[in-house]
Amino acid sequence: MTKVYNRIENITGSVIAVNATGVKNEELAIVTTRFGKSLAQVTKIDGERVSLQVFAGGRGISTDDEVRFLGRTMRVAASESMLGRIFDGSGTARDAGPEIEENQVSIGGPSFNPARRIIPKNMIRTGIPMIDLFNTLVVSQKLPIFSSSGEPYNELLARIAMQAEVDIIVLGGMGLKYDDYLYFKETLEDGGALTRTVMFVHTASDPTVECLMVPDMSLAVAEEFAMKGKNVLVLLTDMTNFADAMKELAITQEQVPSNRGYPGDLYSQLASRYEKAVDIEGENGGSITILAVTTMPGDDVTHPVPDNTGYITEGQFYLKGGRIEPFGSLSRLKQQVNGTTRKDHRTLMDAMIKLYAAYKDTAEKKSMGFNMSAWDEKLLQYGALFEKQMMDLNINISLEDALDRGWEILATCFAKEETGIKTDLIAEFWPKGM
Amino acid sequence: MSKTKGVVIGVNGNMATIEVSGPVIMNEVGYIVLPETKTRLKSEVIRIRGSRCQMQVFESTRDVAYGNEVEFTGELLVAELGPGLLGQIYDGLQNPLPELAEEAGYFLQRGIYLAPLNIEKKWDFKASLKVGDTVTAGDYIGSVPENSFDHKIMVPFQMQGSYTIKSIKESGSFTIRETIAEITDERGESYPLTLSFYWPVKRAVTNYTEKVKPVEPMITKIRIIDTFLPVSKGGTFCTPGPFGAGKTVLQQQMSRNSDVDVVIIAACGERAGEVVETLKEFPELTDPKTGRSLMERTIIICNTSSMPVAAREASVYTAVTLAEYYRQMGLDVLMLADSTSRWAQAMREMSGRLEEIPGEEAFPAYLESTIAGFYERAGAVKLKNGSIGTITIGGAVSPAGGNFEEPVTQATLKVVGNFLGLSRERSDARKYPAIHPVDSWSKYEGIINPEAVAFARRILYRGIEIEQMMKVVGEEGTSDDDYLLYLKGEFFDAVYLQQNGFDPADASVTPERQQYVFNHVIDILASGMQFPTKEESRNQFNRLRMKFLDWNGTMWQTPEFEQREKEVVSMVKEMADGSYLAGSEFLKRGN
Repeated sequence: MTKVYNRIENITGSVIAVNATGVKNEELAIVTTRFGKSLAQVTKIDGERVSLQVFAGGRGISTDDEVRFLGRTMRVAASESMLGRIFDGSGTARDAGPEIEENQVSIGGPSFNPARRIIPKNMIRTGIPMIDLFNTLVVSQKLPIFSSSGEPYNELLARIAMQAEVDIIVLGGMGLKYDDYLYFKETLEDGGALTRTVMFVHTASDPTVECLMVPDMSLAVAEEFAMKGKNVLVLLTDMTNFADAMKELAITQEQVPSNRGYPGDLYSQLASRYEKAVDIEGENGGSITILAVTTMPGDDVTHPVPDNTGYITEGQFYLKGGRIEPFGSLSRLKQQVNGTTRKDHRTLMDAMIKLYAAYKDTAEKKSMGFNMSAWDEKLLQYGALFEKQMMDLNINISLEDALDRGWEILATCFAKEETGIKTDLIAEFWPKGM
Repeated sequence: MSKTKGVVIGVNGNMATIEVSGPVIMNEVGYIVLPETKTRLKSEVIRIRGSRCQMQVFESTRDVAYGNEVEFTGELLVAELGPGLLGQIYDGLQNPLPELAEEAGYFLQRGIYLAPLNIEKKWDFKASLKVGDTVTAGDYIGSVPENSFDHKIMVPFQMQGSYTIKSIKESGSFTIRETIAEITDERGESYPLTLSFYWPVKRAVTNYTEKVKPVEPMITKIRIIDTFLPVSKGGTFCTPGPFGAGKTVLQQQMSRNSDVDVVIIAACGERAGEVVETLKEFPELTDPKTGRSLMERTIIICNTSSMPVAAREASVYTAVTLAEYYRQMGLDVLMLADSTSRWAQAMREMSGRLEEIPGEEAFPAYLESTIAGFYERAGAVKLKNGSIGTITIGGAVSPAGGNFEEPVTQATLKVVGNFLGLSRERSDARKYPAIHPVDSWSKYEGIINPEAVAFARRILYRGIEIEQMMKVVGEEGTSDDDYLLYLKGEFFDAVYLQQNGFDPADASVTPERQQYVFNHVIDILASGMQFPTKEESRNQFNRLRMKFLDWNGTMWQTPEFEQREKEVVSMVKEMADGSYLAGSEFLKRGN
């Protein structure tokens, strides 16, 4: 039972209003204009007046254009044939491949029953020592990458997409520069990871409404795979663009803004996406893990978007100066897994960070022109090695190799007792002959 | 069921506008019926204008359409009160989540509302009154055993006036739906009583003689709280802090260790993962008071951040209503809400949809009075039978940007008796619990001589001042006396105010041990000391601190404990010069 209307009452930004009856909240419609067809979604019903967000934006819509209601809410195809494919924010193919119609699932579905959740216990290996060794990523974790513009966050995401030990990657791009989109596509193709990847990409030049759809689409697809037993890693970039799109549409619809123009439900909106991360119990249970870039406007962590995100997520990575900062970065769930990896993991992690903190102090003293003691010289050597052999984002080694390398760095720079590590671990792991 | 019918004429997010045909009650519950699936969406009237009313929908409003029918119940939003509440895990509307999972699978399905209490389980009822006795609302007519205590069966709180017992079952096994007594009012009309009854969650239960001053300390086994910033049974406290400062961990510790009968945790708009930790760990832990599983004294109301926002608002009220029910039995109840900011945000969202004129940061103008009204439901009350029941409320606050100047923190600070401010600075320095000892305050009395606490506090403040000064003038520019005060302040912070939550001995410290150890700490703080150089004094204090921390890590009153104590005492003897600081005269009176 489709309803067709030919009279649009209001057009404000990308929101149009028609007089219609029998229309359901969040229902989809197709608006046909002289420039083509676009999806639109009902956002508000006030008596007979129905407001819709037009995915392609309001530009060029005529008051006598056709609005055809579809009687269903937004859906996305979720099947194996999506792997290796790229879609836009309304779910249509962006690459040359055919449209996919099979196994349509609703997006923005209900949340997972907390009583059915389990305590996470498996790590995801990424091959990046600053993650695996120092802030281990855990299955079902939700972590933002706090960063500022100019930092190589998309390069980091692409590396993780290629190296992470998961079954499926879903990549959601919001407000991506076209170059970045091409970068992701080419890197994943060249690295051979595209075949296990589904991409939903909204570029900066695409309509704002489509930006809002990207996380929901990505997560709906991820959920479908996770329910079939796959371990899915969802990579989102950049959530600040998503929040800004929300702000733009809220203001257009005359909602009262709360903090710096963002709508009052910013926290709930972000949380309902991040909380999709889950580890499903049982042998056939898969999982969803979320890594999301959040650029901090003005490098300010108290800006509403990173601030609200920090309250939702289980820790954060700080990407600064092209490296994952060891201070400030935190994986809240790492304690659940790093006790069972290798017995020197926790101790080595703590010892290396403490020494690196001491190195930072020394480096500061040096820059102020103080004399360097023998101990200071050791720290300086250590700091340089640590930054070169551990923090560099191009390093791709297993956790075990990273641990061994950590011992080597320590042995190169320090005497055994200077590391503050317990004697029994030193006896077992200190490199032979050093 | 009310005769009033309505139809949906508007939807905006989680708010629906309804045209009604008859009388409606403010805060009445109604159900929007989706015609195709017959799904019923629970909603609450929040504004009435002429023949239209606005309802907040406790579920997703997807597929709600103009013309959908609305059924009104004639009742406000209620909680069911009766035996079997303990150990349950509910959502914000008192739906049991494990049962919901059995019904609907992994995901929460909207429109399913289950009975909060097990309606098949039989309880052994024993009457305490007999036919002909006169009763009023809240009186005990008998009891059933629930876990470790007698769960009192009460005359429903909303029964006004006095009644006579017409019949009562002396003893036997009953389900919560079976009639166990009948009471008649003055006009001879009779009412059946069961083991459970309903109460509207947004109304405070007032069936008590008077509110009394909260005086008895609520022991949390966290030193900085019990000694320095105490909480009373029946008091209120708040724990604001930026993300990552340890609000939730602190609340989890309190929910484990606090010396109360019942703990109610309202996980309100926060991470589901954190609730899961409580869910999975509590059944394994034992309550030191009763020796039974910790879960048996706990109720969890869980409305995490991705669950519908309107139900989040209700969840706080549901939790406090359950707390009031157990208080009416003369028990001590601790209610923890994490986080009240999310609750306030839920109010803000709804206020925005109602197009109310916004106050500061778009929070509604009634934010302060609503927060005050909520915390005022805490308190120690004298019940009609003379016994005392208490509700202690602790609310976590998540201020935007970690800035305590924002409206929710400020509105909360006005009404609570204790402020445990968590600081990023302290959590970054790994000083846990990250409660800031200078910024925080408490209006309650603790377990330790207030004069001694005030003395320790002065040293701490002065030490921090000197530390600030030293950043400018350097160690060379600081006098030896000041430097010593600074070291003492640092020492007090490190060995007493900080606590190692992972150490089995240090994680929870009994009040006896706190008093015992604190006497030693005071002795050190008050002792005059002379050192040849600053370097030497620092080394001495570092060594003393190590010894003291080792002592903290031993089990109370074991030989090892005594051994470590001797080491500390002998080292203090070496360091002290025999004089005492001004202001420590209370020591002579035997502290």
